[in-house]
Parts: sequence; structure tokens; C-alpha cells
Amino acid sequence: MLLAEEVRPRIATAGMTAYYGPVPGVKNVSLAFAPNQVHALIGPSGCGKSTFLRSLNRLHEETPGARVTGLVSLDGEDVYGSRVDLRRLRRRVGMVFQKPTPFPTMSIYDNVAAGLRLDGRVPRAVLNHAVERALTVAALWAEVKDRLHTSATALSGGQQQRLCIARTIAPEPEVILLDEPTASLDPQGTQRIEELLFNLKERFTIIIVTHNMQQAARVSDTTSFFYLGELIETGVTRQIFTAPKETRTEAYITGRFG
Amino acid sequence: MTVPTAPSASTPAAALQGAAAGDRIFRALLTLAALAIPVLLGFLVYELVQGSELAIQRYGFRFLTTSTWDPVTDEFGALPLIFGTLLSSFLALLIAVPLSLGVAIFITEFAPSAIRRPIAFIVELLAAIPSVVYGLWGIFVLIPFLRTTVFTFLKGTFGFLPFFQGPVYGQSMLAAGIILAIMVMPYIMSVTREVLAVVPASQREAAMALGATRWEAAWTAVVPYARSGIVGAVILGLGRALGETMAVTMLIGNRHEIAASLFAPGYTMAAAIANEFSEASTDMHLAALSYVALVLFGVTVIVNALARVLIWRVSKGRQSGGAGL
Repeated sequence: MLLAEEVRPRIATAGMTAYYGPVPGVKNVSLAFAPNQVHALIGPSGCGKSTFLRSLNRLHEETPGARVTGLVSLDGEDVYGSRVDLRRLRRRVGMVFQKPTPFPTMSIYDNVAAGLRLDGRVPRAVLNHAVERALTVAALWAEVKDRLHTSATALSGGQQQRLCIARTIAPEPEVILLDEPTASLDPQGTQRIEELLFNLKERFTIIIVTHNMQQAARVSDTTSFFYLGELIETGVTRQIFTAPKETRTEAYITGRFG
Repeated sequence: MTVPTAPSASTPAAALQGAAAGDRIFRALLTLAALAIPVLLGFLVYELVQGSELAIQRYGFRFLTTSTWDPVTDEFGALPLIFGTLLSSFLALLIAVPLSLGVAIFITEFAPSAIRRPIAFIVELLAAIPSVVYGLWGIFVLIPFLRTTVFTFLKGTFGFLPFFQGPVYGQSMLAAGIILAIMVMPYIMSVTREVLAVVPASQREAAMALGATRWEAAWTAVVPYARSGIVGAVILGLGRALGETMAVTMLIGNRHEIAASLFAPGYTMAAAIANEFSEASTDMHLAALSYVALVLFGVTVIVNALARVLIWRVSKGRQSGGAGL
């Protein structure tokens, strides 16, 4: 296993299978993610890596007919337990999507505050502080501090994605799931997000789904390769990219399919 | 292999010309069809102005602010009609908007997929019922029901308000508002449902990923995203309510009067035109009715223009597209 024995995983799955109706999208996956690292999930389209990601914060089950079996645990606690409050879970496991999803009718400020406001009234000073901190961590504060109350849709695609990251980290989660966060961005926007991930892992555990193998190689500490819904191989990123154990991993990484 | 250098026979050239001519004819026909609409509108307004000339000359804009309507003495003022049209439509929206919004949100966000289509279909079926059937149902079912339950409750509980005072006849402004609400609901609901359905799933998921419940996701992400489309849906409903004639005239009581109480009878422009046109014996009465038609036309144009402005302002400053109208 890639984890040093004494490190307790932040989030882990055991024999997890995620179905779309009768069809399993992810089959019997057991993976553990150490805290404060960047974990990349790679594989060709339709390999189940996004479904796996969406099962971790229980967003998968919101799709009609979708369900999950097996075990997912967050700090040792069963995520699919019958008494789990979805709000608390998703508060601790935030998510950023492929396309930037700012709420278009809200201002920049309101977007960042959206998650915090779900808890009801929050004192203005607390909110101001949280919004500024989240935007600072997301490396967006300097660019938007003079127009916090203007529409979020006026931002560029890369800025919108950093805004979504700020919105995700404002409630202070432990884990951040990123589902191909740079797929719709230009190289410059992509680079800024990648730099950001490097800083974010000091405070959060990051799991990123990516199509881009160079990206996985650049930003991640561990890499897991999915193919046809199965976990083929997982390990320290350097080992996966330089000395994969599985021939299928090697074939994908060297660009022979995918 | 030879390359022909001389112009080919005349048949292919003629075939080419024929095709171009067909295209031109088709285009001319379509242009004509498109032009017919503004021309028709122009004629309509011209005819209305012509028809109401007598009344316009005699009353001018005073017609809009006076309340006497007496065919016997040939005195006409349209204020109660304008008031009745606006108030009954307002009441209709007051009832129909929350109801349709609720149904549309339920269908798109909460209903199990098996019952989504049936519910939407049944609500939309309401739009297919002829107006006069609504009127009959209103007289025989709705009014007796309202008189014995809703109206007595309102009078007993909110009787201190001027809106709920006075004798309860049954046929009233409130009854007309309620039947109008039922009639415009399918339109508002179905357009709202469509604009909600095209809100990207990513908006819903973004809210839920923050910890929002389905209900919170609907209110914080989905409905705001679709708001310009929802405003459009309400305007569509308002347009229907302003012009509705048959069911309203059967339920509103048809009295040229402005009353504070919603239990009192009233009248609308559309209902007055329909009722009095066949009985109008003097030229002035006819001209006055024509003038009312012109005003009704004007009111709908103004309402629609305001609505456009509203939609425009609501959707302004938004780049990623909602389903606007």
C-alpha cells in the first residue's frame, strides 16, 4: 500500500460499487487517501473515475436510479450510514466541477458566502472575514476585492473556477473533490489552478479527477488508474508514471489507448 | 477524357434557372406572410380608432377617468371596466403564480420521474377546456362552494378589511379572479416547468455539493437561474387573464361599478364588449364600446411592454444564459 503504515487515511473506500440502475459504473474499488496530499484519478473517458469521486460526497445517489454499495469512510466514520446528515458530510467533503458553476444571479461575494448562508443567518463580520479568507486562499482576492458585489459572470473562466474553489473552501471542508477542474480552461487558467492545488494541500486533502496525464504527473502525490470501472493500479505518482506494474497502466500512460 | 468547352445544351441551364425562380417565389411568399402580421395589426388599430371616433371626439381621455355608463342617456366612462380588468387579472396572478411555481418546482425537482409527465399533462390539459365550460362550472360548482365556505370564512376572519365587507352574492370580483387563476395556471406552470427543466444540472449539483438540500438547491440555484423565464411565464398568464371574456362575464356579476369589496360584482372591458355589442342601439354606445376595445388593446400593449422591460432588467448583467424569453 502506498500509505505509510502510521498514517490514517482521511477518506477511504472498501469494496465500493456504484450503480447506474443495474449497471455498475465503478466496480469493487478499495482505495485510501492520506490527508494533506493531492491524489489524482486518471483513466479514459467512461472509466468510472468521476462516478467514484461523486460517490465520496454522496452526490452520485442524487441521479435517479443510482446507488452505491460497499464502504466509504471519512475519518473512520461510515459515510453511507443511515444517520448521516448529508449537509454535514458535504460540508466536510467539498466539490468543484468540470465547468465553472458560479450562481449567475449572485454577486462574487454572495457566491462565496452561499455555502455558509445555508446554515441560516451568519453575522456580517464573520461572513466578511470568511469570504475574504476563502478568496485569498483561492488566489482571487487581489483580482476581485474592488468588485465583490458585482456579478460573478463577468469574471473570466479561470477566475470563475477559482471563485468556485473559494466557494468550496469557505465552509472549511477537510476534503476537496475536483472533477476535471481545468478541462474547460485555457493553459494560463490551468496553470493557476495547478499552482493553487499545491498550496491547498497544506490545509486540505485533495482528490482530483483529470484527463490530462501531465497534469496528474505535475500536481499529485499519488495516482490511481481506472479502466472500465475498475481500479487497475494505485501508487505514488512517480512510480505509476515511471514504473507501472500493470501493462494496462503502462499502455494508457504511454498513450497507446485512451 | 475530354473537357467540354462549349456551353452545354439549354436544358440544364433552364433547370438551374427554374430552381432559382422557385427559391424566389418561396421567398416572396414568406416575406408576404411576415409582412401580413404588422399590416393586419395596423388595420386593426385603424378600424378601432375609426369605430370609436365619435366617443373619442366627445370624451377624449376623460373616457378613462369617468365612471358613468348609461346607454339610456348616452353617457359613457370606462374607469370601472379598466379597474375591473386590472383587478381581476391581479387577483388571478396573486393566486396562480405561487401555485404554478410550486407545481413546476415540484415536477422538476421533487416528483418521482414516473409521475412527472402525468402531472404536467393533466395540468396542461386544463388549458384545453373551453372558456364557457369554465364559466358554467364556475356558476354551478365554484360559486356555491365559495359562497358557503371561502367567502364566509374571509368575511368572518378578515371582515375588518374593506376588501371583505358587504353582502355576498356569489358573482363577484373575487370569483372572477379565482376562475381566471385556474385558467391561467396551466400556461404559467408549463412555461415555468420548461424553463426550470433547462437549468443546467451543474447548478443544482453545485448547490447540493455545498450541503444544500433539494429544496434549498431549488430556491438558491435553480429558480434564480430561471427567473427571467419565470417572469416571462407570468406575463404570458397575465396576457391571457386580461383578455379572457366568457368565463369572467359569467362570474363577475357585470356591473359598471368600482367597489372596494372583492365580494361586490364588477365588470371587465372584454366582458362589457362581448355583452353589450349586440344590444348597442345608438352610435355613441357602439363608439364607446369600440373605444373600450381600443383601451383594452392599449392596456395589453403597455403591460407587455412593461413586462419586456422587466425581463430585460432581470436578465441584464447575466452572461451565462438562462432560458429567457
